[in-house]
Amino acid sequence: MKTVAQINEKIASGKAVVLTAEEIIDYVDKKGLGKAAKEVDVVTTATFGPMCSSGCFINVGQTKPKIRITEAWLDDVLCYSGVAAVDLFLGATELCHNDPANMYYPGEFRFGGGHVMEKLVAGEKVQLFALSYGTKEYPRKEIRTYIDINDLNQAVMVNPRNCYQNYNVAVNCSDEGIYTYMGYLKPRMKNISYSSAGQLSPLLNDPWYRTIGVGTKVWLAGAQGHVYSQGTQHSPRCARGENGVPTEGAGTLALTGNMKEMDREFVRGASFKGYGVSLSLGVGIPIPILNEEILRATTVRDRDILGPVIDYSVDYPEATGRVITRFSMEELKSGRVEYGGRTIKTGALSSYAKALKIAEILKAQVRDGNFLLAEKSADLPVDQSNGMMPVKEKP
Amino acid sequence: MPTHKIFLYFPQCRTDTPIVYHLVKEFDLMVNIFRAKVNADEEGYLVLDLSGDQERIDQALAYIESENIEVRSNNKGLYWDRDKCTGCTNCLPHCPTGALYIKDRATMEVSFDGDKCVECLSCLDNCPFGACSSLF
Repeated sequence: MKTVAQINEKIASGKAVVLTAEEIIDYVDKKGLGKAAKEVDVVTTATFGPMCSSGCFINVGQTKPKIRITEAWLDDVLCYSGVAAVDLFLGATELCHNDPANMYYPGEFRFGGGHVMEKLVAGEKVQLFALSYGTKEYPRKEIRTYIDINDLNQAVMVNPRNCYQNYNVAVNCSDEGIYTYMGYLKPRMKNISYSSAGQLSPLLNDPWYRTIGVGTKVWLAGAQGHVYSQGTQHSPRCARGENGVPTEGAGTLALTGNMKEMDREFVRGASFKGYGVSLSLGVGIPIPILNEEILRATTVRDRDILGPVIDYSVDYPEATGRVITRFSMEELKSGRVEYGGRTIKTGALSSYAKALKIAEILKAQVRDGNFLLAEKSADLPVDQSNGMMPVKEKP
Repeated sequence: MPTHKIFLYFPQCRTDTPIVYHLVKEFDLMVNIFRAKVNADEEGYLVLDLSGDQERIDQALAYIESENIEVRSNNKGLYWDRDKCTGCTNCLPHCPTGALYIKDRATMEVSFDGDKCVECLSCLDNCPFGACSSLF
């Protein structure tokens, strides 16, 4: 019906009709699918939440005399330096040197890789400490200096797994409270923790990856980035409802973008007591409305999105696969759900408020001609699932 | 009967003066202490609700100040930083009084009502972004 190129022409001339994934629901209800599909060009989706599988490649530039770095720390957080002389990879979940972790349980994990990434994006100075064994052409063996993102030649965020299509809803059925990456879970299911942008979430609005694929342009914390691959643990062969929407963790995206163009508001170091550090990140993805089927998928509502309730005291750590029940996003977002004759309070790790803000920002950028879409260059797999690692005796 | 949540700052603790006793006996006030840190010769803090006749509350506050104790009505022991809060809502099931709350479930933005806060500090443990901090 429409092509991405035609939509881009409309965007460039400032005439594109753009709605958020929240607004499109009522719009299609009112206008009908056929009419709306003709009128609407782009639907903006978004999510903001902890996305552990995040990191960045940075090139710190050479010194005089030169150094071939073998070990490096940014603000005492270890970076991987086995890449090249002054290329480093900083991971979001790396702990700070000398952090006691869970030695005195529960550990607080106040600072780590995600926090260094936030400081870099904010333009703050961080300490670089690096060591080397020294070679003829790279004689320097040690360096300690203070740098900010403007001193770096490149700072490229590279996130192997973002935008999880649906996610676990965590509870604790044991008699003891537990600290997890889903927050503190009180004993005997006294609270429920979830993490999803629901009806705004990118892959829930395109459940079969018809428009989102390798090469899709994304809004990554303010920068214009793109999908570079299927994400790690991409597992599209999963339980799905009649609407095709997964009812458990499913597809994922690998994203990349220029950190120098990012906004601190959407790159936030996160500390989870008893678990560790991570990064909360904002992502927006525009969906081109090429036909009615694509539009229909974007009208998914919170009440049609079901999250699997998993017991994090036994079933998650032991990977039993047991799902206690399923709650809709509408129930979870209401702040309380009814289960087993009791009312249980809910809380989220993802921020719907921030996701909404991102969907609006991206809508404005597309509408004003400042964000053109990119056609995917390869499809994401639709028929594969996640395997477990075999643990074997030495043959 | 008016109730005021107040924050008392003791530049140096006077453990020999039973402040709360005077508030009850001399000014006929109901006192509900949320949190206190009182050590002889150190700085001290006391967060409490005072309920009673408004005139008597005013007299009690004047008495407290005459004892060289600072009354800070706006400065509470628990501080919520709107800019650090991402609105994730992870703190909500842990806040016993609904001081951290959502006005509108459509926008899901988190707000903080200091008057409802009893300073249990559960939000400090449950905020991944350090948006809540305690003065003491």
